[in-house]
Amino acid sequence: MATDLATPPVKAVKATGHRPGRARALWRYRWLYLMIIPGLAYFLIFKYVPMRGLQIAFQDFVPFLGYNGSQWVGFKHFEDLFTGPDFGRLMYNTLFLALLNIVFVFPAPIIVALMLNELRINVLKRSVQSLIYIPHFLSWTIVASLTYILFSVDYGVLAGWIHEILGGQKIDYVAQPEWFRPIIILQTLWKTTGWTTIIYLAALAGVNHEQYEAARMDGAGRWRQLWHVTLPAIRPTIVVMAILMSGNLLDMSFEQIWLMTNNLNRGTADVFDTFTYYVGINQGAYSYATAVGLFKGVAGVLLIFGSNWLAKRLGQRGLF
Amino acid sequence: MSVNQYRSPGSRVFDAVNIAVLTGLGLITLVPLLYVLAGSFASESEISSRTFFLWPEKFVTSTYEYIFATDVFIRALLTTVVVTLVGTVVQLALTLTMAYPLAKRYLPGRALMLNLVIFTVVFSGGIIPTYLVVRDLGMLNSYWALILPLAINPFYLIIVKSFFQELPEALEEAARIDGCTEMGVFFKIVLPLSKPIIATFSLFYAVGIWNDYMSPLLYIDDSSKWTLQVLVRQLTGADAQNALSALETVFFPTQGLKFAVVVIATLPILLFYPFLQKHFVKGVLIGSVKE
Repeated sequence: MATDLATPPVKAVKATGHRPGRARALWRYRWLYLMIIPGLAYFLIFKYVPMRGLQIAFQDFVPFLGYNGSQWVGFKHFEDLFTGPDFGRLMYNTLFLALLNIVFVFPAPIIVALMLNELRINVLKRSVQSLIYIPHFLSWTIVASLTYILFSVDYGVLAGWIHEILGGQKIDYVAQPEWFRPIIILQTLWKTTGWTTIIYLAALAGVNHEQYEAARMDGAGRWRQLWHVTLPAIRPTIVVMAILMSGNLLDMSFEQIWLMTNNLNRGTADVFDTFTYYVGINQGAYSYATAVGLFKGVAGVLLIFGSNWLAKRLGQRGLF
Repeated sequence: MSVNQYRSPGSRVFDAVNIAVLTGLGLITLVPLLYVLAGSFASESEISSRTFFLWPEKFVTSTYEYIFATDVFIRALLTTVVVTLVGTVVQLALTLTMAYPLAKRYLPGRALMLNLVIFTVVFSGGIIPTYLVVRDLGMLNSYWALILPLAINPFYLIIVKSFFQELPEALEEAARIDGCTEMGVFFKIVLPLSKPIIATFSLFYAVGIWNDYMSPLLYIDDSSKWTLQVLVRQLTGADAQNALSALETVFFPTQGLKFAVVVIATLPILLFYPFLQKHFVKGVLIGSVKE
């Protein structure tokens, strides 16, 4: 930047000032540059300085010695990660949840949006919409608390009901590892399904009514209209949402998972982010934790570009 | 759709099932919240004797009286309100002032700065390096740690920038000719035209801070600086008894207390919900169109 300032404007600026030199541009747009400084500083300090801090993944970082004083160890932490017991477990847990998300969470809003679209009683439609959007605004803390309140073994209402119906041993749903994944998926469905229908409902609202008329003239019933008119109309939206989802495949909600993790189910619950936090902040293994985080970050970038590339190959617009 | 249009029996069955299922979904959302609300006004004995109810037999406010007489709650509530208010103002200010120059296509360096912003969406330093930066800045156990590391949401920034780009340039030009500086144009012309989007993003940001649990988890150790979300967690989590031992005030998390604190942490969101719904639906659609 300093050299730029020192460089004199190469081309003489005409009176209209259409192509000013750098220094002149700086002066001319000084207010705009001034306005952008705080925001730019934010991105540099809280986004780019941490990227430089990723170097500690290749060090044995000791906070006391700092970034420059700590020993460089190359790929040691990555070797530890890939050869140790953690990696397989983290990958398995993450991919298992991702798979459940694809199977259960992804189609849910499509189905609900299609059902809402078929609902002809407008008052009911609006009421249901207003209700199912609510959980989107509730924090994961609240969702987790509701889960504990409803499912805990001593006083949980739902746990009690399930016990009355099925009998047998009382089950501590919130503590048992084998119930961790079902509970997480139920939470995600409860919190996100309603909200995501908005995007599909917007696509559904754009379907041309004449197409339905034409389909009816040809004798198509409601199922055939759904299959031949409605679904093709929202297919692009479904594809975009699928790309978005596959780009974020490894991104589980940190808060959600962390809040449902306990010492009993940790083996099943740990995903990359929560493990990074646990090992880094709770146990102070900064470098190893950063290596885990960096692996996940790089894998995430590859996934985003991969899914985008795939989308373009399939003739979709892609995201960028 | 005319009323007397012929519907096949199958079609009617479908409609009936559809209505039943969707009503069910609405209730699944609503009933847990109503149960917690009812429980917060019920006595401890009623909560333990009746398994499920949406209206307490005896209406009791002692739980709330207890809460609003306990320092820990008052402090957490005040902390959360203040951090949310200050945080929203800071976030809005930074987002608006950065979005405006970025909306000027003629600004040299704009593309570079935009790319810097967008790159952070794809890749970040992650939890530990960010934590170390916050620590090095001396912000551990400071309320600023709950605000500054999340000061600008890049998605919101891009949406606000797109909004600014669509404002009529002629108005701004006229103001400039009248001798307004860029700053003046921003405050006198642009901001007044942006009231709807400012309202929308105030709500976006406010809900984000109010609901944030990760930042206090990462950056706040001091139990006197707990936010509401942390308190909710400590009261309702599986190891509530242990977690609460960090507090100097000793109290036992009764069921009613858990219910009441969930209600208090949820209530502001529900009070603002009508506005939220209107603005957020608009926002999510702008977002999905622009992306």
